[in-house]
Amino acid sequence: MLGLLEFNPALDYKLLLAVPLIPLVGYVLQIFLRNRLPHGDKILTGGMFAVACITVYMAAKAIAATHHGEPFLHHSSEVGMQFGWLYNSANVSSQANMIVGVFYDPLGAAMLAVVGVISFCVHLYSQGYMHGDRRYAIFFANISLFTFAMLSLVLSDNILFLFVFWEIMGLMSYLLIGHFSHDPSQPFFHRWATWASKKAFLTTRVGDVCLFVGIFIFYRNFREFWATSAAAQAALPDFHPLRFTHMWEMGRIVVEENGGVFPTWMTVAGLFAFGGTVGKSAQFPLHIWLPDAMAGPTPVSAMIHAATMVAAGVFLLGRLFPLLSPDVLAVVTFFGSITALFAAVIGMTCYDIKAVLAYSTISQLGFMVAAVGLGGVFAGMFHMITHAFFKACLFLSAGSVIHGCHHVQDMRVMGGLRKKMPITFLCMLASTCAIAGLPFFSGFYSKDAILLADWANLLQGEFFGGWAVMALICLAVGALFTSFYMFRLIFMTFFGEYRGDKKEHRYSAMLAAEGFEGPPPHGHDDDHHDDHGHDAHEDHGHEVHESPLPMVVSLCVLAAVGLPGIAALVNGWAEHLLEPANMYGSAVGEWVLGRLPEGIADHASHIGHESHNMALLVSTIVAWGGLAGAIFLYLMRPDLPSRIASKFGLAYVAVRRRFFVDEVVDATVLRPTMRLALVQRWIDEHVVDGLVLAIGRLGRAGGSISAWVDRTIVDGAVNAVGLISQSFGSALRLLQTGRVQQYAALAVGGGILTAAWLILS
Amino acid sequence: MGLGAYIAVSAALFAIGIVTIITRRNVLYILMGIEMILNAANINFVAFNRFGDNGLDGRMFAIFTIILAAAEAAVALAVVLNVFYLFNSVKPGEADLLRE
Repeated sequence: MLGLLEFNPALDYKLLLAVPLIPLVGYVLQIFLRNRLPHGDKILTGGMFAVACITVYMAAKAIAATHHGEPFLHHSSEVGMQFGWLYNSANVSSQANMIVGVFYDPLGAAMLAVVGVISFCVHLYSQGYMHGDRRYAIFFANISLFTFAMLSLVLSDNILFLFVFWEIMGLMSYLLIGHFSHDPSQPFFHRWATWASKKAFLTTRVGDVCLFVGIFIFYRNFREFWATSAAAQAALPDFHPLRFTHMWEMGRIVVEENGGVFPTWMTVAGLFAFGGTVGKSAQFPLHIWLPDAMAGPTPVSAMIHAATMVAAGVFLLGRLFPLLSPDVLAVVTFFGSITALFAAVIGMTCYDIKAVLAYSTISQLGFMVAAVGLGGVFAGMFHMITHAFFKACLFLSAGSVIHGCHHVQDMRVMGGLRKKMPITFLCMLASTCAIAGLPFFSGFYSKDAILLADWANLLQGEFFGGWAVMALICLAVGALFTSFYMFRLIFMTFFGEYRGDKKEHRYSAMLAAEGFEGPPPHGHDDDHHDDHGHDAHEDHGHEVHESPLPMVVSLCVLAAVGLPGIAALVNGWAEHLLEPANMYGSAVGEWVLGRLPEGIADHASHIGHESHNMALLVSTIVAWGGLAGAIFLYLMRPDLPSRIASKFGLAYVAVRRRFFVDEVVDATVLRPTMRLALVQRWIDEHVVDGLVLAIGRLGRAGGSISAWVDRTIVDGAVNAVGLISQSFGSALRLLQTGRVQQYAALAVGGGILTAAWLILS
Repeated sequence: MGLGAYIAVSAALFAIGIVTIITRRNVLYILMGIEMILNAANINFVAFNRFGDNGLDGRMFAIFTIILAAAEAAVALAVVLNVFYLFNSVKPGEADLLRE
């Protein structure tokens, strides 16, 4: 038994390599043979099942090793499995050579298992949910490549390859969010999807550029430092400036040689790298793409919000945590806590079931980012893991509800669904308890850890204490609101009376009237009638039904992880797995721990105990408080919410319009950009084109002069020579008579004269 | 009778041939004039052979010339025939295409 759980370099690197390759091969097969392969979706799902099994098995090895306190940082160069990229074999020792291998560490192990299991569930679920879609095969291909990118990102041993897969994910999210762009049978979605996919791509691109700049700064300065420092050369004789393990170690040496203070360039680089997280993990102010990403199919939303994409940003923070200076961490805390509160407030007022979940994701990502900023890298990563499961479950349940209600997303037209969709209801309820942080559900443990990190900072003022106060307020209120809006969702959707049979409650018309940011629906669905089965939310009657088996199975799997008992088990594993000493190796881990407040590092210490008690208190109060508020407002007094809303008036409108961030971005970025584009177009059309045309005209004028010279002077000279020869010929021709006898007489006469002259002389 | 008499006859024959070629209006006479010139040369060959000591060379040349004259006459008559077909006349003054 124990032998099976030991890391076996000879075999396990091959297994790990197979993990991203299976979806990649699946993608290639599906994209090229989709018309000939009748069951491509089932093959891909089977492949993903294998991936899920491998990743869980490999994670079990990591858990076993860290449980025994053994180091678990594996790089495939151990078995010589690595390859050179941009490799200059003429100069082997050059640090510009990229050596790429598989990196398997506790954080990667946890993340890989999460991605593997959730991707498998999403694949399975999509077979039911996407059934009958026009671009079903393409959808499966794309979601496979999406999974591939995330799995590879987790296994990348260097930040440049992480960035490569990061970008592939950006592309795939663009394609998947825009899945309905080509489907005019989706009356509301297909224009919104086009717009939302562009928005997601361009917004995250802002962060990606920041990250790229950050990578450059790290690379250049680490190389320079290594070249001048004897200590660095002794510690890392074979230095790869972009490899994570080397970056951590080098960061430690840099700070030590700098007298224990982070140099300015590391702060700058850290801020830029954090910019990547802000874009990818939808932190304020680049969060605007995530709510609109729900224009894609629901499984894609589950994928983006849980396992891939947004998780990548937090994962990057976990990878770079040792390199982030206290100043960077303060900024990280600030943005994380702002985002956590801000999105939770918006989430309370949304009526679209997916919009609630989208803002809840942003808020939860704020929790994770704030946790990392407060030094609780374990808390942040652990919350990412628990959140991945319950958020995937919530999204897939929401998809199941939408599927059951025939593509209605507005919660005001749902209600009373718990009897009609019992399994979906139970799964969603379990995940809601988890995200709200009710005791012994998974979110309870991870939120507890985050609040603990915060209290530990608070109790030790020398660690940016001011930020900890702000973070505490934001996170506690955010958690309260989280609990409230999630139970509001449950009560509006599953309790009360079914409200879906009223004619005026039409989905797209309703959203349009709400001032929803999406482009207005073209043509009302009443006069937009087609036989496509997917668009059946009008005349199929309103028989709500439970979803097909594959969907329900994947819901149950995901919900199970959040349940009490299982959550405690996962918490136990994660505590060992995500200890800094295990995550970054002992030397770097110790260094990292030395920079953190005492309570975070050592739970058994006095401060640790105190923080833990306080965190427990706060998290319990806010979880139950939110639940109680939701029960009161949405079960006991359903008339109250609208009255409260009207009382708040302008403030309510501001929240409802998402604090006008989209409008601000529109006014400050989009419009000036468009206007600049118009100016540039004018310049292009008039100045640049004019210049080119002028050059063309000049050339043409020169050409016609040259043609004239050619025709008159050069041709004239040639013709003149011909004419002269001709006229000479004509003149000489007159001498000839053509009479043979005359010639003969002349010849004889000439002969006689010659003879006479010879004789006489 | 010395060498001078032979050469005189030969020169006379040659002069008659030349005059014939230049003056006659019929190609056939011109051919005859050519034959006379050739025979004037033959007389010279034979005469110089008789009065010199070059073996049989002169006489051999004379015989060659006679054969040559026969061949030449055949060719010339063919040419004349073709000229006649072309111009419908055998007068050399009328075959003056080269002049154009």
